[in-house]
Amino acid sequence: MPDDHSILEIDCEHVILQISNYIDGEIDANLRARMEAHVRGCKHCSAILDGTNNTLRLLADGKTLELPPGFSERLRLRLAAHINHK
Amino acid sequence: MSVTATIPNSRETDLIARIKAGDRALFYELIQPYQRSVYAAAFSVLGNPTDAEDAAQEAFLKALTHIGQFRAEAKFSTWLVQIALNEARLRIRKERKGLYSSMDEGAQDDEGEYFPIDYADWREIPSEALQRKELKEALQRAVQSLKPKYREVLVLRDIEHLNIAETAEALGITEAAVKTRLLRARLMMRDALAPGFDGSWSVGTPTYKKIRPF
Ligand SMILES: [Zn+2]
Repeated sequence: MPDDHSILEIDCEHVILQISNYIDGEIDANLRARMEAHVRGCKHCSAILDGTNNTLRLLADGKTLELPPGFSERLRLRLAAHINHK
Repeated sequence: MSVTATIPNSRETDLIARIKAGDRALFYELIQPYQRSVYAAAFSVLGNPTDAEDAAQEAFLKALTHIGQFRAEAKFSTWLVQIALNEARLRIRKERKGLYSSMDEGAQDDEGEYFPIDYADWREIPSEALQRKELKEALQRAVQSLKPKYREVLVLRDIEHLNIAETAEALGITEAAVKTRLLRARLMMRDALAPGFDGSWSVGTPTYKKIRPF
């Protein structure tokens, strides 16, 4: 990775626009390095990045969208009725 | 077919073949692992549990009816998710018929920029907050508050963990559109959840400070 001095600076706006691609690893190494250099020195962008990562962690734990209680059983019954009907 | 496709699940392939051959009672076993994905897909469009369950169950019935059309080179889970998305959208169209034909259904893709509204520093998630019912409710409210087109990408990508290509395929949009919508969806979610914004689920003494550099 190039050291910070050789990296062209980018502004907050550019960082925010790429923040989701950054999290997904959808940007090239050069842009990644520039973003990391910016975020290290910018409390604003580092707060947005941390908060977005936290949001994704919370979403990923699977509790946000649980099946309603009894879903599987109701589905099993509906399928059985459907199959027997034919 | 892409080289990144997953190794065919032979158990699944076998079940599908037997169901196509007439052993329809095996269908419940086949779809067992995908109940949540299909429900989540329906929820991503409809935004409420009751309608989502109804659409998801209807989608499974349709999948069974049309299983003869499933092509072996497709991914079964993606096929199911597409059926669920279609079923859910059909319901929205029916509901809106005669009412106002408004909102985000459609053409205009606001590629406009979205900037975070809350700059609270949120480095840590207090571990006790993760257990709290309030947090779960805050997450659900935040997801429900998104417009369908943002909720769809967020649910498929960040809750169901489809990759970008799969998300694009399931929704019938480009990967570029997935990325644009995902950025916006994630920032809106962060804004909705950032502690201190309304303080609704901050735990104990607030340890967060607002940082507003601009
Ligand atoms: Zn910045």
